[in-house]
Amino acid sequence: MGETKGESYLLSDVKDAEPAGLPRVSSGDVRSNRPMVHFDKVQKSYDGETLVVKNFNLEIRKGEFLTMLGPSGSGKTTCLMMVAGFEPATHGEIYLDGQPINSVPPHKRGIGMVFQNYALFPHMTIAENLAFPLDVRGIGKAEAEKKVQRALDMVQMGDGSFHGRRPAQLSGGQQQRVALARALVFEPKLVLMDEPLGALDKQLREHMQLEIKHIHESLGVTVIYVTHDQGEALTMSDRIAVFNDGVVQQLAAPEVLYEKPENSFVAQFIGENNTLLGKVKAINEGIARVELPDGEVVEALAVNAGPGERTQLSIRPERVEIDPDESVSDHTVTARVEEVIYLGDHIRTRMTVAGNSDFVVKTRNRLGARRLDPGASVRVGWATEDCRALDHE
Amino acid sequence: MASTDGAIKEPILAADGTPLKQALRRSQARERRAAFLLVAPLLLFILIVFAVPIASMIWRSVYNPEVRNFLPQTAAALQEWDGEDVPPEPVFQAMAADMIVGVEKRTIGRAAARINREIPGARSRMMRTAREVDEWSAPYREKFLETDERWSDLDFWRLLKRETRLVTPAYYLLALDYEYTADGEIRPRPEVYRIYKALFWRTAWMSMLITGICILLAYPISYLMATQPTRLANLLLILVLLPFWTSLLVRTSAWIVLLQQQGVVNELLVALNVIDEGGRLRMIYNRTGTIIAMTHILLPFMVLPLYSVMKTIPPSYLRAAKSLGAHPFRAWWRVYFPLTIPGLAAGCILVFILAIGYYITPALVGGDSGIFISNLIAQNMQGSSAQLKLAAALATILLVAVLVVYWVFNKLIGVDKLKFG
Repeated sequence: MGETKGESYLLSDVKDAEPAGLPRVSSGDVRSNRPMVHFDKVQKSYDGETLVVKNFNLEIRKGEFLTMLGPSGSGKTTCLMMVAGFEPATHGEIYLDGQPINSVPPHKRGIGMVFQNYALFPHMTIAENLAFPLDVRGIGKAEAEKKVQRALDMVQMGDGSFHGRRPAQLSGGQQQRVALARALVFEPKLVLMDEPLGALDKQLREHMQLEIKHIHESLGVTVIYVTHDQGEALTMSDRIAVFNDGVVQQLAAPEVLYEKPENSFVAQFIGENNTLLGKVKAINEGIARVELPDGEVVEALAVNAGPGERTQLSIRPERVEIDPDESVSDHTVTARVEEVIYLGDHIRTRMTVAGNSDFVVKTRNRLGARRLDPGASVRVGWATEDCRALDHE
Repeated sequence: MASTDGAIKEPILAADGTPLKQALRRSQARERRAAFLLVAPLLLFILIVFAVPIASMIWRSVYNPEVRNFLPQTAAALQEWDGEDVPPEPVFQAMAADMIVGVEKRTIGRAAARINREIPGARSRMMRTAREVDEWSAPYREKFLETDERWSDLDFWRLLKRETRLVTPAYYLLALDYEYTADGEIRPRPEVYRIYKALFWRTAWMSMLITGICILLAYPISYLMATQPTRLANLLLILVLLPFWTSLLVRTSAWIVLLQQQGVVNELLVALNVIDEGGRLRMIYNRTGTIIAMTHILLPFMVLPLYSVMKTIPPSYLRAAKSLGAHPFRAWWRVYFPLTIPGLAAGCILVFILAIGYYITPALVGGDSGIFISNLIAQNMQGSSAQLKLAAALATILLVAVLVVYWVFNKLIGVDKLKFG
């Protein structure tokens, strides 16, 4: 039994932020406080020289929708494959519902999986594809048929016209639904999804994101979802683990990840971000005084930088005010307008602030919104808690 | 815009009022012509060097002109004859006339040889009579019977009457170990002459065996190649293709060095005390030799289509099957194997059809027990005892057998599903 020492990935002050409305856990589970999946000091190397996954610790709760997000090569898919059993862990142990599974072959793990290219069996019909996991489990024909029908209903393909078709006769979106239904039809407690929406066009992808989220909510299964699309991760997840270079940079709920990034990688990777370089002069009660290259001094939340260190200040574009009054902004700095981009619902203004010519301000296009002219000089400001002093990469 | 609702009763028209289908056909006519011109040279080539020779071979296998063309008067005279008694004078008179013409034109020998094939000894009798006949005068019947009493042999005349037909199944009967009895019935040939049918069967089962061994050897290596990185896969491919790049004689002598009774394999087995001196294995100049050598040469034809099909099967299929709970073997059997059938079938049909008509390897290493039907076809085509028409009949049977195999394959698998690489 995995004696969890509370060493799951926790960050200093974020405290494993609880997502709003945690989905209900599968019924009949007495010890639901035991994690569904537990990575315990897992390492993975393919060549014996470099670590693709470095000391990975993570607890995934039952019923949770956890997304592993990161650029390609960051180790997220490798982690998924280790859970599925297609890649052995080089070091460490993975526990599934408390049981170590390193030596359990993939077919005995009972984990549903949706593959990037769907991996529907082309020589079988849709009904045969769905019946496959039931067939190998020795479930009777009548019962299997019922389950297949239920699974197809769930992905809105149960009207009978799809049962006899082959995967090649379906559109990409339909194949995706079938793959999802097949991964769920044998009622696994854990479902892994490896960039399942990568091949779909934008509109369909957004639609499927919601659909998968709803299915997750109604079934209460645990989902580990791998993607490199941060929008997807933010939309669907209870918690997101941001991967980079084989290390989890931050594990938190979407809103925490976006609003309170722990380091500059996360700040850059999730959403749009303005970066100002500076040097921490002093820290007082969690507020750092940071000197910018042009000599101005601003205040910022000291998150990940100590006194005397160089730092990257992170400010979200929509949190910057142009010509603010004192009530909103603690601080204002001088900016020169470089470019104004009209985007309909909002206006992006690119400015030079403290030597950074890529400082973007997003303003809502409301009645009487002011359009700036390039070359104009304005004051911009923000609240201190919206400005985070992070590590210098 | 024309409405396309429901059943389309009247044809859709193009802008100028002609039916759309016709307009489409016209607009595509030029491309069709161009496409035809592109393949025309090959079509012509195939027609001349493939279709025509095969048609002529099939025609030769049933063509039977000797009696009709070289003994024309006798053939005509025999039509009246009822076959019950020694033919009357007009028949002998006609025979004499034919012989005189035949000796002059040097065609009598061919007619005699044709009859001799079914009545041994008839040739010498005919030739001897033919040399004398120009000195005779009517009535010929007595003269014939005086020269050789076998001229009264009814079987001879019945044969002659039967073989006046231009098309005969006689060579096919021979090729399948049957023959005509004297009174024109079909019966199996005497045991000692029955060689062809047995050889057809041997060719078939040995080809099947070779195909089977090729499957067993090719499937794992193809799988390995398909799942390895390209560099390693190419190296393996080169090793597999090696038999194509070595001369036949080099390869054959290598087999002899390896497999003969004083050869490498036997020496090794003796040295390892697996067999003793007296128990050296015969592995060449017999069936074993043919099977080993042909498997070696035909293996690439199995590997290439299998490899090309396996390469297109994403590894995620097997993973998906396993993640759905299937034991690795079951995952392979239910998911991977069915997807390789197009390549497997293509490989089987290639290897089997090539094997069934193989000539050179059985000829070199087959000895007596390892030769194929093609070797007998070749035997019947060369030397003084050549029987071209029998060879043609045997070859035609082989051709038909191959077509039947192809047809069965098409029924079972569907030729459109095969993937040759």
